[in-house]
Amino acid sequence: MSDVRTARTGGAPVAQHEALLQVDGLTVDLPGTRGDVRVVDGVSFDVPAGTTVGLIGESGSGKTMTANAIIGLLPDGARTGGRLLWRGEDLLHADGARRRKARGHEISMIFQDPLAALNPTQRIGRQVGEILRRDGVGRAEVRRRVVELLDRAGVPDPAERANRYPHEFSGGLRQRAMIALALAGSPSLLLADEPTTALDVTVQARILTLLQTIQQDEGLSVLLVSHDLRVVANVASEVVVMYAGRVAERGPAPVVLRRPAHPYTKALVRSVPAVRTKTALADPLPGAPATPANRPAGCPFHPRCPIARDRCRTEVPAVREVAPGRAAACHFAEEVLAP
Amino acid sequence: MTLLEIRDLRVTFGRRRDPFVAVDGVSLDVGAEETVGLVGESGSGKTTVARCVAGLQRPDAGTVTFEGRPLERVGRRPAELQRAVQMVFQDPRSSLNPRMSIAAIIGEAWRTHPSTAPDGDRTAALHALLADVGMDADVADRRPGDLSGGQCQRVSIARALAVRPRLLVCDEAVSALDVSVQAQILRLLVDLRRTHHLAMLFISHDLGVVHQIADRVAVMRSGQIVEEGPATEVLAAPKHEYTRALLDAALDLDDAGPAVTA
Ligand SMILES: Nc1ncnc2c1ncn2[C@@H]1O[C@H](COP(=O)(O)OP(=O)(O)OP(=O)(O)O)[C@@H](O)[C@H]1O
Ligand SMILES: Nc1ncnc2c1ncn2[C@@H]1O[C@H](COP(=O)(O)OP(=O)(O)O)[C@@H](O)[C@H]1O
Ligand code: SF4
Ligand SMILES: [Mg+2]
Ligand SMILES: [Mg+2]
Repeated sequence: MSDVRTARTGGAPVAQHEALLQVDGLTVDLPGTRGDVRVVDGVSFDVPAGTTVGLIGESGSGKTMTANAIIGLLPDGARTGGRLLWRGEDLLHADGARRRKARGHEISMIFQDPLAALNPTQRIGRQVGEILRRDGVGRAEVRRRVVELLDRAGVPDPAERANRYPHEFSGGLRQRAMIALALAGSPSLLLADEPTTALDVTVQARILTLLQTIQQDEGLSVLLVSHDLRVVANVASEVVVMYAGRVAERGPAPVVLRRPAHPYTKALVRSVPAVRTKTALADPLPGAPATPANRPAGCPFHPRCPIARDRCRTEVPAVREVAPGRAAACHFAEEVLAP
Repeated sequence: MTLLEIRDLRVTFGRRRDPFVAVDGVSLDVGAEETVGLVGESGSGKTTVARCVAGLQRPDAGTVTFEGRPLERVGRRPAELQRAVQMVFQDPRSSLNPRMSIAAIIGEAWRTHPSTAPDGDRTAALHALLADVGMDADVADRRPGDLSGGQCQRVSIARALAVRPRLLVCDEAVSALDVSVQAQILRLLVDLRRTHHLAMLFISHDLGVVHQIADRVAVMRSGQIVEEGPATEVLAAPKHEYTRALLDAALDLDDAGPAVTA
């Protein structure tokens, strides 16, 4: 599985790519018991064509809501703002028909829990072929393509397995079926929300390798949502770090995760123990992650930040360029970056 | 001295004619104040071993003893042995009763094992226990639903500690937590090991975490232990091919922090 590791630097620098998707000042407000809560607060990043972008951050930081806003799967009562530029066209403000066409064909999604996302009463093959059938593809051709899709997703014996139900699949196989389903519409962007979190390391490695192969073979872009830094470090070329609904930092994944510019990223990186050498226990961050519902004033990270000063308590740090190709929302990013 | 002794443990599930062997002759020791890591891919039998130790699963064959005394199923265990072995599970939320306050959850543990209940001021003892796991006294009146995953895991650990155990069996106890919260819980477990003289059987998919906190590591595959030894040997210089495959599949973050020389 060393191919997972060697491919990490795959993908040319961002500047040379056209941005397939530009998330620009995205906001998501969800109705809460005490009024609306802004769970995604001005998030901006680009997904260049043919690359994997990792979206990391603690539970509740807004990763899933960001991905769901892109695919248009927000809960009832959610309100969105900002722009989602898909090949230059704003999907947030496009008409319903255009949005539906984009989401499903051009953009598709796989989820952490494939069992919840798959229909338990329908055979796998039927679900994978759904979008093709809706497009008017003939029966025999749907069947042929379904088997091909399952095969490409690494489902062994695909013709036989197409007739089975989700509960007859293991966790790893279900995720493969989910990937086949997501590829059915020939998308250009795949949103993968914690695709391997429920799987053990050996299965995880196989699924990640599969995603990378597909990404490279088809020139697909992938937005990989994960709270697992190791996964992102090994498969993403760009990374976006979120904290309490905002972008804390973004830039090339190998660089950001080796030399973070934001104290939060730095703390995350330090908390990940090495596998093959014994790592000293990291000094844990004090307190609990901030939630969008009670986001501290100033820098949302200030109550837990080891280098916070007075300014951090009152002044919200803007996301600004801190090094070529890198941006961070910290008043003192230069200090964090200094060797 | 050996605290926990598992000998030739065998557990099967399913039909008597054609049983599925989940644990197939496992022998493993945990010494006093020692932390033993148990790793292996999904379905290899780790949880089943843990459940036998906790008395939640009856083995088909083999023995589990604690200081030489047999550990039978939970109902049949002498109270003193029952409290000596406590378990912490992966999903902190579902292992706590959502309708009970944190104070009631801890109170129930004391009621189950009256010999461990504080003699004097219960509230003071409760607050001291919460402080031990790094929580403020004001969580005592809250319910699990009002707490984060990390806080719930602290409560599970506090509940286990309330009855003064000697061995903690942690089954993926930090796996569902975010890395920063995971670091807090690991630090807590390591501190408690010292202050409360705890031994631990620590099950995890995360080989990095196991490397960090285990003294010894046992590697399971298809119900059997294929390799066992000091953590730094098994995880840095594995002898068995399967351990190597497991390590190969594990991802690493390059610059993961200060390496210590063991
Ligand atoms: N109550 C049961 N009935 C039938 N089979 C069971 C039962 N409990 C466990 N098994 C089977 O026994 C095997 C070992 O299960 P166990 O839960 O011990 O694995 P594990 O190593 O803890 O896996 P994981 O890493 O996924 O937690 C698996 O194949 C599982 O499906
Ligand atoms: N259906 C929902 N209704 C109300 N609030 C929600 C809903 N789903 C998520 N949230 C809130 O939105 C915030 C971001 O959640 P989410 O995007 O799921 O985070 P992540 O994926 O990073 O863990 C959290 O504060 C969460 O509690
Ligand atoms: S702005 Fe201040 S509080 Fe926020 S991360 Fe930077 S130093 Fe820490
Ligand atoms: Mg999520
Ligand atoms: Mg288990």
